[in-house]
Amino acid sequence: MLEITDLHVSIEGREVLHDINLVIRDGETHVMMGPNGSGKTTLLRAIMGFGGYTVTSGSIVFNGENVTEMPLHERAKRGMGMLYQRPPTIAGLKLGKLLDVTAKERADQIPTLATELNMDRFLERDVNAGFSGGEIKRSEVLQLLVQNPSFVMLDEPESGVDLENISLIGNATARLLEKDQHIVHRTKSGLIITHTGYILDYIDADFGHVLCDGVFKCHGNPREILKSIKTHGYQECIACQRM
Amino acid sequence: MPADVDDLKDLSEEDRNRLELAGLDMGMGERSGSFFQVDQEIRHVHSGTEGIEVLPIDEALQRYEWLRDYYWNAVDKEKDRFTQYVAKQEVQRGFAIIARKGAKAVYPLQACLYLADAKVQYVHNIVIAEEGAELHLISGCVSSSGTVAGAHIGVTEIYVGRNARVTSTMIHNWSESISVYPRSATVIEEGGIFLSNYVCMQPVRHIDMNPIATLKGKDAVARFSSIVVGLPGSELDLGSRAVLKAPGCSAEIVSRMITRGGTIISRGEIRGEVAGTKGHIECKGLILEDGLIHAIPEIAGLVVDTELSHEAAVGRIARDEIEYLMSRGLDEETATATIIRGFLDVKIRGLPETLQRQIDAAIDAAEAGF
Repeated sequence: MLEITDLHVSIEGREVLHDINLVIRDGETHVMMGPNGSGKTTLLRAIMGFGGYTVTSGSIVFNGENVTEMPLHERAKRGMGMLYQRPPTIAGLKLGKLLDVTAKERADQIPTLATELNMDRFLERDVNAGFSGGEIKRSEVLQLLVQNPSFVMLDEPESGVDLENISLIGNATARLLEKDQHIVHRTKSGLIITHTGYILDYIDADFGHVLCDGVFKCHGNPREILKSIKTHGYQECIACQRM
Repeated sequence: MPADVDDLKDLSEEDRNRLELAGLDMGMGERSGSFFQVDQEIRHVHSGTEGIEVLPIDEALQRYEWLRDYYWNAVDKEKDRFTQYVAKQEVQRGFAIIARKGAKAVYPLQACLYLADAKVQYVHNIVIAEEGAELHLISGCVSSSGTVAGAHIGVTEIYVGRNARVTSTMIHNWSESISVYPRSATVIEEGGIFLSNYVCMQPVRHIDMNPIATLKGKDAVARFSSIVVGLPGSELDLGSRAVLKAPGCSAEIVSRMITRGGTIISRGEIRGEVAGTKGHIECKGLILEDGLIHAIPEIAGLVVDTELSHEAAVGRIARDEIEYLMSRGLDEETATATIIRGFLDVKIRGLPETLQRQIDAAIDAAEAGF
């Protein structure tokens, strides 16, 4: 699904990600952990193709196609999707209208999906205007369910979400990633940034990665990595040379 | 009375389309009355609602002596050279709409002022909603596609009686060579509600208007909204003023402006003269191409218990908003147009659905040019 090779990314002339290598196969879910400011969001945004994130060397190959220089919306059209940690507010644009213009084959499912995510009352509200933390995440997941990407990147899906909403968002995320399907039949893949690991209770992640100072420091079993971080903090990861 | 507006059948297809874009319903399906004036000639006058009269102004002044009390009352005839010009005309044109006590129009009344060949079109309109009456007026001001140059001068005096409700929706569809000078004033009595909506998405040479609402009675409400696009060569000097003169009165002025190279001056003024009053001004502007958006919100409070506020913002579309939509699969052009359409989407509380649809249609028609 996704193959990142020797990727270096700069923001305003300063290199933020160094020599990133990552392979995510069809049906796999990967989680990424790391201290604040380590470059996790930058990596997601560079994969998605946001402006201001300059790939100085290396490549991003998505479903066999080199997308390194491809515009953002072309990557979205090819099946990439992203859940924002802090999405912008768009005054005047109604959530329902946004769903209508971005929906393709799932347009007829909008009312059902909105109800399931408890967002039906928000369709006539301006996108993200005055939404609480949980409402923002429900809105993001709803948009992704309607967009139906084959590869989703989730930037801290559980941050700012209360316990009641965690299960709603966790289960919806599992649905985004087709977790109800056997790995053999599952086609959707994901890359998830998490600090708390709560999301792991809803999705069985296959691989974990630790990013520190723009470099991958560790790859392995996500739960074991999380346990180690909870016990020892990121210091061990930073010191660790095991790759 | 004609059931539809066939008095304008001599107009070209293109001009009929321009009229429809300005809110004119040729079939009269969702209109309860209408008035059409082409240059200085009144072509059609009709009211289909009991208790509501639509008359040419000169006829109304002859028929009702008491109307003189309302004539040049809200607007001062010496205000400026435009009011003076209208006042000195021997033959008066324009309409009088009178909604008697308790009369309610289910559908809007439409007034069309069409500038075809005349150098100057002038009108003097009076709208009176007596106690408890309800009127929804849609005025389409349009120039012929073939008009070379001209000016439209319109004096409009609106009187909203006790607990009456008047909405006035004006859609302008002029052309690059037309200058427009509306001079409007509204007086609102106790419990009266006045909503004014202005839409101008098409080119015009110059518009200069700054209507004023005087909220005289307790708990009167005035809301102004304007949605305008400044195209290259257009100069729009627009404003709205509200004077709060009784306890419980409130006013709101909302404007959305886009410049594509034109000049827009957006004035707003609310004056709180007595305690227990509230007012808010919201001006938002998007600069899509170099031009000018000059927002001048003014609030003046004269007493302790008046609450007035304003917010104004002028800028470009935030890049993160465009990219947000692009990450959902929209190309940059579509993402930008979607955001602009949202920016202009001001839903006006209390406006009949049919008029909101008309406003939406006028904006949608211009959307291709975003």
